[in-house]
Amino acid sequence: MNLSRFGMVIWKEFKHIYRDPVSLRLVILMPLLFTLLFGYAITTDVEHIGLAVYDGDQSYESRELIRKFVASDYFSLEQMAGDSLQLEALLDAGEVKAALVIPEGYGKKLKRGEVPESLLIIDGTDPTIARTALQSGNLIANVYNMRTLSDGVFQVAEMKTRVWYNPNLESAKFIIPGLIGLIMQNITVMLTAFALVREKEKGTIEQLIVTPLRPVELILGKLVPYIMIGSIDFLIALFFGTWYFHVPINGSIFLLLGLGFLFVISALAIGMLISTVTKNQLQSMQLAFITILPTVLLSGFMFPRDGMPLAVYWLGNLFPMTYFLEILRGIILKGIGLEYLWKEVAGMTAIGALLLAAAIKKFHKSLD
Amino acid sequence: MNGYLIETEDLRKAFGDVTAVDGISLKIPAGSIYGILGPNGAGKSTTIRMLCGLLTPSSGKARVNGLDVYTQSEQIKQRLGYMSQSFSLYDDLTVLENLRFYATIYGVRGREREERIRQLIAMAGITGRERQLAGTLSGGWKQRLALGCALIHKPQLLVLDEPTAGVDPVARRVFWELIFKLAAQGITVLITTHYMDEAQSCDRIAFVFGGKILAEGTPAELVASGEFRNLEDVFIDYVEQTTGQKVRSSFEEIKFLLRSDGGGVQ
Repeated sequence: MNLSRFGMVIWKEFKHIYRDPVSLRLVILMPLLFTLLFGYAITTDVEHIGLAVYDGDQSYESRELIRKFVASDYFSLEQMAGDSLQLEALLDAGEVKAALVIPEGYGKKLKRGEVPESLLIIDGTDPTIARTALQSGNLIANVYNMRTLSDGVFQVAEMKTRVWYNPNLESAKFIIPGLIGLIMQNITVMLTAFALVREKEKGTIEQLIVTPLRPVELILGKLVPYIMIGSIDFLIALFFGTWYFHVPINGSIFLLLGLGFLFVISALAIGMLISTVTKNQLQSMQLAFITILPTVLLSGFMFPRDGMPLAVYWLGNLFPMTYFLEILRGIILKGIGLEYLWKEVAGMTAIGALLLAAAIKKFHKSLD
Repeated sequence: MNGYLIETEDLRKAFGDVTAVDGISLKIPAGSIYGILGPNGAGKSTTIRMLCGLLTPSSGKARVNGLDVYTQSEQIKQRLGYMSQSFSLYDDLTVLENLRFYATIYGVRGREREERIRQLIAMAGITGRERQLAGTLSGGWKQRLALGCALIHKPQLLVLDEPTAGVDPVARRVFWELIFKLAAQGITVLITTHYMDEAQSCDRIAFVFGGKILAEGTPAELVASGEFRNLEDVFIDYVEQTTGQKVRSSFEEIKFLLRSDGGGVQ
């Protein structure tokens, strides 16, 4: 590799970017906009689930149970029903997502030291809401029963639970690190997907081919300015993701920045490969989408990879983002370091290097 | 070498089912201005693109300065300047930046680089516009800037693909003055064109049609080869012979345009 030729390609590419201020502004704005927008949209924490109650007992104990539900913030009492038929109608109409039935004799049973029955009906059409309602409803009822019973004769078997890394199970803490990875991938792949194909469309590639410029100098030279832009984008996405959504970085920030840099290079390599195999910007756009969309599902961003069929699981291993998600969640949430993440780092580096080598190999100095 | 800078033998290029170049054999003397003449789609550009290493021939032999186009195209590129049909420099770089970029790519550096750039700018007559974006130059200037970039590394062979297409007559004249001066410096110039006056200015011309060479020689030889008044007659005669169609009579076929016809133009 001739360093002055390589340097000249970098310089030229910087000039192109600098002379196109609109694109430059978009590239800086994108991580900011996406992080804020998607961060809000994808948060799955559910609060204030609409609740209707039929209180058939009308006792101190039954009112106390209702009060506990409301006090939890997970539920908000929308309506008191006169009978269970009315409850059914409210659920059917979708006016409430949960209904609590307290049968007659609830208070008496409690006072006698028995475990009384109550019924919580949940609208299961949206599983996310339903799951939260189910868990929190159970929790509230159990805690209440237990507290009331504790003076009594019965020893209620108790199971202690601990949730690590994200004790309040806030979805933001799970979503945001992944979101940073996803946003970074989308931006960087797009950045380089057009890098070479623009020269093919404008015909400037013809003049480059008749020079002694070597493919490795051209491809790597074009990559360097975008590595810098991608790294700035990563800083922006990371800062807004963690600061604005209150997701503390538990691990080493320097390790995170270093590995983010590595990821930017790997993701840019995808775009560069796209750019070398396509003939015009439309084709690269399409190919970029075909590449980006599956990663949303296969990388573990949305669904846990453990449950996937083996073939799909392995397909996910082809994307740098799959490894980067593990790295992001590992460092930000668990605070772990290279001693646990080395496999992901090795995988991401290998895939990135392979993609880059393929891009250089695929770029032929000819118009054939 | 034996005095020829370019030698090809039965050179062919097919794109799928279409044969663009169908067995071309050329001998281009070093230091000459050699014109490839022919109508659009005759295979002129494909031929020179194979010589420049832009396209790989389907079959046949070709050597430039004794170097094989199949295996030594990177070495050929070191001593070759090429100007494509359409402006293929960077619109969003300035005149100076374009020149500096290509100078460095060809390994011209430091004081040598700045000196050559200064001279080329003067040659192209674009002094005072060094900091203007190339995209904002007019046709003639763009063309001379492209010529400047093609000359920055002192090539021994200059390949020009229809360099004067879309350029006004004055700019064309200025451009040809430059070509003559370059040839006088000993640079071999290979040029494609479909302008007769330009073909007339070449030392030798090959008339290409349908991917084949129909005639080759000096302009004077070609005119003298038959009952021709000028090169244009030779050109048209060959096209008519090859296609079996009259070129000039074709207007009479469109009868509805003739005034004598009732439904014609009023």
